[in-house]
Amino acid sequence: MKPKTIIEKIWESHKVHSEEGKPDLMYVDLQMVHEVTSPQAFEGLRLAGRKVRRPDLTFATMDHNVPTENRSSITDAVSKKQMETLTENCKEFGVEVADLNSPNNGIVHIIGPELGLTQPGKIIVCGDSHTSTHGAFGALAFGIGTSEVEHTLATQTLWQSPPKTMEVRVNGRLNPGATAKDIILAVIAKHGVDFGTGHVLEYTGEAIRGLTMEERMTICNMSIEAGARAGLISPDQVTFDYLEGRKHVPEGEDYEKKVEEWKALATDKGAEYDAVVAIDSEEIEPMVTWGTNPSQGVGIHGRVPSPDDAKNNAERKAIEQSLEYMDLEPGTKMTDIHIQHVFLGSCTNARISDLRAAAKVAEGRKVADGVRAMVVPGSQQVKLQAEEEGLDKIFKDAGFDWRQSGCSMCLSMNPDFVPEGERCASTSNRNFEGRQGKGARTHLVSPAMAAAAAIAGRFVDIRYLEEVITN
Amino acid sequence: MEPIVTHTGNTAVLPRVNVDTDQIIPKQFLKRVERTGFGQFLFFDWRFLADGRDNPEFELNQPQAAGATILIADHNFGSGSSREHAPWALQDYGFRVIIAPSFADIFYNNCFKNGILPIRLEEEKVYKLMENGKDKKYEITVDLPKQTMTDGEGFEETFAIDEYYKEMLINGWDEISITLQYEDKIDQFEKNA
Repeated sequence: MKPKTIIEKIWESHKVHSEEGKPDLMYVDLQMVHEVTSPQAFEGLRLAGRKVRRPDLTFATMDHNVPTENRSSITDAVSKKQMETLTENCKEFGVEVADLNSPNNGIVHIIGPELGLTQPGKIIVCGDSHTSTHGAFGALAFGIGTSEVEHTLATQTLWQSPPKTMEVRVNGRLNPGATAKDIILAVIAKHGVDFGTGHVLEYTGEAIRGLTMEERMTICNMSIEAGARAGLISPDQVTFDYLEGRKHVPEGEDYEKKVEEWKALATDKGAEYDAVVAIDSEEIEPMVTWGTNPSQGVGIHGRVPSPDDAKNNAERKAIEQSLEYMDLEPGTKMTDIHIQHVFLGSCTNARISDLRAAAKVAEGRKVADGVRAMVVPGSQQVKLQAEEEGLDKIFKDAGFDWRQSGCSMCLSMNPDFVPEGERCASTSNRNFEGRQGKGARTHLVSPAMAAAAAIAGRFVDIRYLEEVITN
Repeated sequence: MEPIVTHTGNTAVLPRVNVDTDQIIPKQFLKRVERTGFGQFLFFDWRFLADGRDNPEFELNQPQAAGATILIADHNFGSGSSREHAPWALQDYGFRVIIAPSFADIFYNNCFKNGILPIRLEEEKVYKLMENGKDKKYEITVDLPKQTMTDGEGFEETFAIDEYYKEMLINGWDEISITLQYEDKIDQFEKNA
């Protein structure tokens, strides 16, 4: 038999209908729903007199609008209405929702894995581009628009053209101080902000195999930042160990049986991809972005580039646009860029291991004068766990704000934002213009690098933080 | 969905790369629970000055772009967030056709659900159109069944489009109704699972 990639295997097992000249009709195993991209979908069902076909394969949460200071009083009337609408819609259509009172509430891409809803081999969709996060488990997970949310609610299927496949191989072992976030930022910096367009990426190689599930989620999360339809990692023992015992994962013999199925999903030896790109781990330094798209990043010892460094017209334009918005001069050292805000959070980097990494840096130190730093756990479960470990105390003693969970300042739909013209070191996924507030300037980094920037008031190499502070 | 068969309209030129959906419709406008009324917020941060007046520098505010229904854009248009509010805003503002060298996948897909025709065209041809339209009113006619576009001044190009999406736009189909014709097969798939 011809060797296959995991992408082909999942595709073939989910085809409901296939004919020449049409996309394939694909079965969806799980749809996650949040308050921002679903109201019009439910309204569409109501207008057409349709039901949710499989409420049992649908799970909702609220995250984008959620305030992180006081959850009991939502002052923004429009945000409040959007959350109430989700509650009403879920009630009417029989969908389970982790609302603000639920201990399972949190960012949609954090709670799916936490609850064991995310499993290898599933097709998972959500009206949210960072759905690619779930690919870390060997699921084919991708973001869709609201029309497709409605389509999935009504039919549990989607029309999809088969994707092209691409291997993203990360060779060798990571340098000390470099993290999963640095891998994905380095990959996108090397290959461009749209190198993945039309493709599903599979991350392979020694460096990927050595990552924990939480680190793998960080990588897959940002597949969309390379323009990819999805990104995934073949499941292995690390995956199975993470899932065992979680709420929606089968137990006992059923679990053993599932593991056997999951093992068979991994890409076969000798399988071919439509494209292959690679990066050597030795190249990967702790990364910082300087521009307004996630490919515009360099290692911490790098400098802001000049439009003259561009390889083509499009890149030149992109650099010019970014330098103007970011108010940066070509040649500026990354370590000379001072920040006024630090945001530790988002579906990219707000899991317990991210908070531990940042807390290790913050412990016994103080946030620099003039810097506002906040920690927003990815879910209420992460928050609870962190508090049990005393991480909240470490952060608070160091001068960080300790908040409730939610998407928060990743996109600032709630009251948290960066004021115009100010800079933020952020562990989120997008440095787009205006993303963290109108005129806000975002620099993407790993959790440890964000914590170090909070302490130093500027970007520093996490490996030499002690020297920087004592000097 | 409003069908689109042939369309003639004025163009607006937006020569910026990687225009993401956060730019097309900033997040503060995603809180509405309706599908309509997003046009007033299109490109909000670029389009308006701090005091709410039109930003005269912004491409869509130039006199030659008045009443434009065809947007000529650059590489990787619609990248980032999956928000369908982006095509809703473009459509509500009046755009029916977007021409660019490349689009982000989710945005491209979302266009077809909202009666917007996204056309991928080689970079040099897009730049030629941008040149033609940048200082003056510049009309283009798009014929979807024939897959051609012309400007009446000698520019004539064909474009590629997936047959399924083409039919969907020409007929203004509701995709869910199509899918429900396959309900037996969905039932069968679930039984076998």
